[in-house]
Amino acid sequence: MVPLWMYLVVAAGLFSIGLFGVLARRNAIAILMSIELMLNAVNINLVAFWRYKTPVDLSGQAFAAFVFVVAAAEAAVGLALIISIYRRRQSVIAEDVNMLKW
Amino acid sequence: MELTVESVVFLILSAITLGGGLLVVTTRNLFHAGLYLMLSLLGVAGLFVLLAAPFLAGVQVVVYIGAIAILIILAVMLTPSVTQMPAIFNRNWALNLALAVLFFVLLVSVISPALDDLGVDNWSANFTEDSPAAVPADSIVQLGKDLVDPDQYMLPFEVASVLLMAAMIGAVLLVAPGKAGDEGGDE
Amino acid sequence: MDVNWFSADYLPWLIIAFPLLSFLLIVLVTNRHVVLSQTVALVGIGIAWLLSMLLFAKTVWLTDKELGHEVFGSQLDWLKLGPQTFRLGVLVDPLTAYMLLMVPLACLLIFIYSLGYMRGDPHNSRFFAYLSLFAGAMLTLVLADNLLLLFIGWEVMGFCSYSLIGFWFHKKSAMQAGVKAFMTTRVADVLMLVGIGYLFLEARTLNFRDILYNEEMLKMLVEKDAVIFGGSVAALVSVLLIIGTIGKSSQFPLHTWLPDAMEGPTPVSAMIHAATMVSAGVYLIVRVFPLLSAGADFHHFDYNTPMYLMGIVGSVTALGAAVLAVGQNDIKRILAYSTISQLGYMVAALGIGAWVAAAFHLVNHAFFKALLFMASGSVIHAMEHGEHHAHEHGHPHEHHEEPDGLVMDYCAPPNDVQRMGGLIHRLPVTAITMAIGGLSLAGFPLVTAGFWSKDEIIAEAWHGMSESPFPLFVLLMLITAAALTAFYTARMWFLTFWGRPRTPAAQYATPGSLRKQWVVWWNRRSWSKDYKLMQEPVSPRDRLSFGQMEFPLVVLAFLAITAGFIGMPADLVGKNPLHGFLAGTLLEYPPAIDFNFAPMLLSMVIALGGLGLGWWVYGRRPVQAGQPDPTQVALGPGIWATLQNRFYIDILYRRYLLQPVERFAERVVIQAIDRETIDGVLETIAETFTWLGEAFKRFNTVVIDGTVDGICAAIGNFAAWFRQVQTGRVQQYLLLVTLALLAISTLFLIQVR
Repeated sequence: MVPLWMYLVVAAGLFSIGLFGVLARRNAIAILMSIELMLNAVNINLVAFWRYKTPVDLSGQAFAAFVFVVAAAEAAVGLALIISIYRRRQSVIAEDVNMLKW
Repeated sequence: MELTVESVVFLILSAITLGGGLLVVTTRNLFHAGLYLMLSLLGVAGLFVLLAAPFLAGVQVVVYIGAIAILIILAVMLTPSVTQMPAIFNRNWALNLALAVLFFVLLVSVISPALDDLGVDNWSANFTEDSPAAVPADSIVQLGKDLVDPDQYMLPFEVASVLLMAAMIGAVLLVAPGKAGDEGGDE
Repeated sequence: MDVNWFSADYLPWLIIAFPLLSFLLIVLVTNRHVVLSQTVALVGIGIAWLLSMLLFAKTVWLTDKELGHEVFGSQLDWLKLGPQTFRLGVLVDPLTAYMLLMVPLACLLIFIYSLGYMRGDPHNSRFFAYLSLFAGAMLTLVLADNLLLLFIGWEVMGFCSYSLIGFWFHKKSAMQAGVKAFMTTRVADVLMLVGIGYLFLEARTLNFRDILYNEEMLKMLVEKDAVIFGGSVAALVSVLLIIGTIGKSSQFPLHTWLPDAMEGPTPVSAMIHAATMVSAGVYLIVRVFPLLSAGADFHHFDYNTPMYLMGIVGSVTALGAAVLAVGQNDIKRILAYSTISQLGYMVAALGIGAWVAAAFHLVNHAFFKALLFMASGSVIHAMEHGEHHAHEHGHPHEHHEEPDGLVMDYCAPPNDVQRMGGLIHRLPVTAITMAIGGLSLAGFPLVTAGFWSKDEIIAEAWHGMSESPFPLFVLLMLITAAALTAFYTARMWFLTFWGRPRTPAAQYATPGSLRKQWVVWWNRRSWSKDYKLMQEPVSPRDRLSFGQMEFPLVVLAFLAITAGFIGMPADLVGKNPLHGFLAGTLLEYPPAIDFNFAPMLLSMVIALGGLGLGWWVYGRRPVQAGQPDPTQVALGPGIWATLQNRFYIDILYRRYLLQPVERFAERVVIQAIDRETIDGVLETIAETFTWLGEAFKRFNTVVIDGTVDGICAAIGNFAAWFRQVQTGRVQQYLLLVTLALLAISTLFLIQVR
């Protein structure tokens, strides 16, 4: 079988890609997509560790399921926010939304 | 790692996942980026199957690809004129790229046995096993039971459901046609 | 399902749940209806109080178990991480039971008081929502069975304190005071969290019973060397936890936030900054005392570092704050310094191992200090209205310039004791209850609660005096502080209530309950100079307000006397029920020290001496209008100004900590701006330094008159600078987070190697 560390490397790669997207993309929707990538990287790790370390105890899978829930909630609220901001300011550029500061 | 069928499948799926991911963050057209996101998520679903978690793979397809990605594409379509922007990255993108790469290197240096061979002291010894114990046959049933077992995950499960409902209501409220002054779109 | 609601699995949780539930209800449902919100809040805390009494009765009398040796509590799995499960739970042991006597009752009374005090405020719902949340958090803290849950309650209280100090957010000073309080305690809380984390790393648990009731665990923690600073793990963790207490309980050198926190409404001062939150800091070290004293054989006068730290910090605070209290004119600020001083007493008591005495004083202090604060609130309320009444009677409005922001020696007119006088004839109930509270604070011999607990602390110090210089030092500091306490209490009371009104506002202050009966009674005394009863209409609204404000005062006055009788020395009355009861909390039964008449006599002399001096100066010949304060005259302008400016600690900090940084910053800013490039990294750095320069410029203009408030202002202004990191761009935040994460993980990896 494939050794565990290769899954971890794939997850690390996906996570770093997502991180770059979150940090560098200007479009808020693209940032949201990148966050989904990062969450998926975490899920790969959770499931891989479950498979290789504790296949009997299902905590890894349960956690991954909770990540799904959180991701769904996050996507819904995040997109609603973006659409609502877009309606007001005709922009979805994350840098433009900087009113909430000191 | 010898080239078994499984490892070939793994390599292909990883390539889909990572390639899709890269395209997501670099594509200018957001609609296309959304499609690439679906591709990447499909790759992850494949990895779940490979990891003997078919239930999660199914959920991945239904929830992620079926719902979240579609939601994102819908959002893209609801916010026209932003699918194409002159610059897709912000001013700090070079620094951000460097950081992301550095982050990747750091992670790999901890988990990869290749670097262990080069004399970098890391934890890869824990990660080299490639023949884990078999998964119990009824693991999906067990997962279902665990999720609603008071001694296991019942509380988080209920909390998660409340969270999801709150998020849905919140989302509806946020985009609902508001008071005067907002230009209300009707969905 | 068969549920026994009164079992340990439910009852403690319910106590916590009700105030939190009323918070949610008010915020989500009833926030538009003031009366409804008030009712919800009152019902929530009322039920919590009833349940606490039930729980107390149940754990103390209605069980065969010996409380303390067997757990009365329950846990639930919070987080299951691989092989380890993190459990959160509640625990009732004698210490908790004792605290439960005080906390819900004090909260309930303050809620009732707030009904009267906050009448007419448009934001009543918000006020009661925060109060409820606060009460829930405090109960969580008291009932928690592990440090993490305790810390959660601790932080929620910190938030409530912040939002309630700044409750009148349109006042700039209130807003600044809120931020100052929050930021100052934050410094301590972060270190405390580090301590908790480190303890978890070493002990693999945060449960109080597993750590404090477990000899092997304590032994392990004492014997293992800490990663840094030498010393044992126990010592390092203890010091970090004590720092948390120093912040929360406003001990030197982080004491400066509490006097400014008086900007909040008075019920808040009474509840958060006298009875509960600041006491929570002391409660923490009382709770973890076995850890703090681990390795020290203090019964034989062998102390360890944490104990020395507590003893020194506590006694320095007790004395310093008592000195400052003498030189204040703001009635609430006098009480604030008095609170700091009394908390210093408790911390010092723990430093010399007087565990029971510290817990005893904690509860007594909460009662009488809440009483004093609420009485001062009713005085302020009357004075505020007095200003208007005076105006109606033809006295010109005095114009008061409100300072822009926090100014150290500024005193709001309704709070100024120099502008009061003779209020006993306007507010007899308040005056008498406040006298009782004051006597308790001063330690009036034999009949007041304050005397017995303070006496116990002094007796413990006396006991060790001849054996080791440390208790002697503590003793000397504390008795000096006690004398000053008695003096400033007398000064405050006589200036407020005695003699003739010194301003029209005092003359026309809103009359409180039972005023007519009082004046009639007073005029019948042979020694009274006739006081003319003015017939003036009192609106039903004011009457109700004062009824609601003065009822809790009477209850607390009763407690300020009786709460002390349960802890009288065993040799005097045969049995000391409190000592035997509380001792069950500890693994090692603390021996009661032999009764000694000398320290008791000493504390009597000190208390009576201080009170007598106060009477001699302020009571015998009351200060007349226009006459300067005798203390001010006696001390001379230099010392008086020093006291008003809080020892100038602040300016010292400014000169030696802030200005060098400022010069450095300016130099670097200029250079950095010159070399500004397109590159993101450099631009970020340049922006940061521009902010730095800007912030210090702002710092100079905002904080003027040399009244910089020491470390607090430093923190406040650091925050003013630092908040500009908040560009509002989420991606920049994340960038900083990622940078920090990379730095930390790299460090970690290097260290592991």
